[in-house]
Amino acid sequence: MTPVEQSTLAQVTQRGRIVTRASREGAERVVRGALFLCALFSVLTTIAIIAVLAKEALTFFTLPNHPEISVWQFVFGTEWTPLLGAKPGFGVLPLISGTFLVTGIAACVALPVGLITAIYLSEFAPQWLRTPLKAVLELLAGVPTVVYGFFALTFITPDILQRVSRWVTGEEVFGTYNALSAGIAVGIMILPIVCSLGEDALRAVPRALRDGSAALGGTKFDTSIRVVVPAALSGIVAAFLLAITRAVGETMIVALAAGSLPTLTANPAAQVQTMTGYMVQIFLGDAPAGGVEYQSAYAVAAMLFLLTLSLAWIGGMVLRRFREEYD
Amino acid sequence: MSNDTIARTVPVRMSSTSTYGSANENATNVCLRLVHLESWYGSFQALHGITLDIASNAVTSFIGPSGCGKSTLLRWMNRMNDTIPTARVSGEMTLDGEDILARTVDVVDLRRRVGMVFQKPNPFPKSIYDNVAYGPRLHRVYSRPDLDELVERSLRAAAIWDEVKDRLSQSALGLSGGQQQRLCIARAISVDPEVLLMDEPCSALDPRSSASIEELIAQLSSSYTIVIVTHNMQQASRVSDRTAFFYEGRLIEFGETEAIFTNPRHKQTEDYVTGRFG
Repeated sequence: MTPVEQSTLAQVTQRGRIVTRASREGAERVVRGALFLCALFSVLTTIAIIAVLAKEALTFFTLPNHPEISVWQFVFGTEWTPLLGAKPGFGVLPLISGTFLVTGIAACVALPVGLITAIYLSEFAPQWLRTPLKAVLELLAGVPTVVYGFFALTFITPDILQRVSRWVTGEEVFGTYNALSAGIAVGIMILPIVCSLGEDALRAVPRALRDGSAALGGTKFDTSIRVVVPAALSGIVAAFLLAITRAVGETMIVALAAGSLPTLTANPAAQVQTMTGYMVQIFLGDAPAGGVEYQSAYAVAAMLFLLTLSLAWIGGMVLRRFREEYD
Repeated sequence: MSNDTIARTVPVRMSSTSTYGSANENATNVCLRLVHLESWYGSFQALHGITLDIASNAVTSFIGPSGCGKSTLLRWMNRMNDTIPTARVSGEMTLDGEDILARTVDVVDLRRRVGMVFQKPNPFPKSIYDNVAYGPRLHRVYSRPDLDELVERSLRAAAIWDEVKDRLSQSALGLSGGQQQRLCIARAISVDPEVLLMDEPCSALDPRSSASIEELIAQLSSSYTIVIVTHNMQQASRVSDRTAFFYEGRLIEFGETEAIFTNPRHKQTEDYVTGRFG
């Protein structure tokens, strides 16, 4: 520090207005308080959501005029026929199977295609191709899900699935609503998540590891598959899990393309209803507020919440298991 | 893509190489022979007319201030510069008489014959065993007994077997820096190369680990041709048989290590080895 700077500093601290400790700490406190409030906001929202779900779900299970409804019946029942008037069935398994069928199909589409695209973007694509490819992916991520829903309903189902199945089997295998079409559309929707998060994970792998592999005679392909992907595995798994969580919670596509007939099936050509699809159906006015069907949607929502929560929890465990650290 | 990045021009042979202080007056076998090698990164010329012979089963060290081109030269010996799109080379470089800068050279096979150890230890985030078995597996050795034997032999040769033999299945990242670097040396020799290139292999290590690596280099020099780039002149004088001094992309002096350090012929070499600059 030069003598000049020293004297200026001295002027400020000794001859200038003295900044008191109290006022400095006051400003600090305000900032800290504001940060705390922001953090509190998301915590309170979460608590409020859980509280509403718990309360309304509890109401559903304790409805006075429906003594036949029990948690056991709900969780393990295989009939979901809430709108059947006289003898409604409230077994949630068909909705869960519908959700997982659509999610499974989406994962079969998005995970391999997304991972391969991410590897290509990160390891192989030349710069002039990388930029437009990434722009297209961002575009895909920005398409509203209702558009994907219509895409599934008016293109994937009639122009691909029905046409191909007619040509192969000579029969009409796919109806207007089916799980496969919705699953494919959901898969396309979550593709950008897998791609961009996967690519980030791959690019974070240090160059030194790639050099180490190349110096041993590894080709670019060897290096990508045997070194880079394993090293980025925790990030890739995280990308998969986030994408699957999005698929489980996806609503608009399944409401439009999967149908509204809860079916306990693994047949991708069948019409199914997912948990989110049922909630849309109820809250959009198929059932009067306060009735048993209305309350049942809350129970389904609570179930969905628990499912995604455990998915995230399993994800955390998988991450810890597969984590490979590098500096 | 690798082959396209090599732009070869007709080598311009020097009429005389005597100014470079040829060190092979009493050399037995020449392993790598460089004739008028020039290299560019884009329009920047990194190497100017390098001509030198590297003897088999001996340690040759490259010294010189940062940016003098010694690492660039090293990275042409296994064509690692192929990964840099703007890098170009001209001149001649032969390994046992075979041109290794030609477009037709299979760099995968070349890199099996010319191994490399990097500045910072770079073990893969895999087990110790899988790190060493990586190279053999790349070259299609899959049988478990063969791999076991190769892994043990390589780890023994890199003087790390006794420290890791009971934890081969544990992650290599749990090893200390010095152990990691010896593991990287084991990994490099697992594919049985003729030449080992070492790019400042001790610069990220503490003095004790450096000493163990230097000892290892001395042991390995009977079976491998070793080329080591170093900033540490004591290290060069301790480990190498011959030393090449580079300055601004030119080879200033090349000779027996003892001669370079005690009786350099060029003023620049003398200034550098006595610590007057660099």
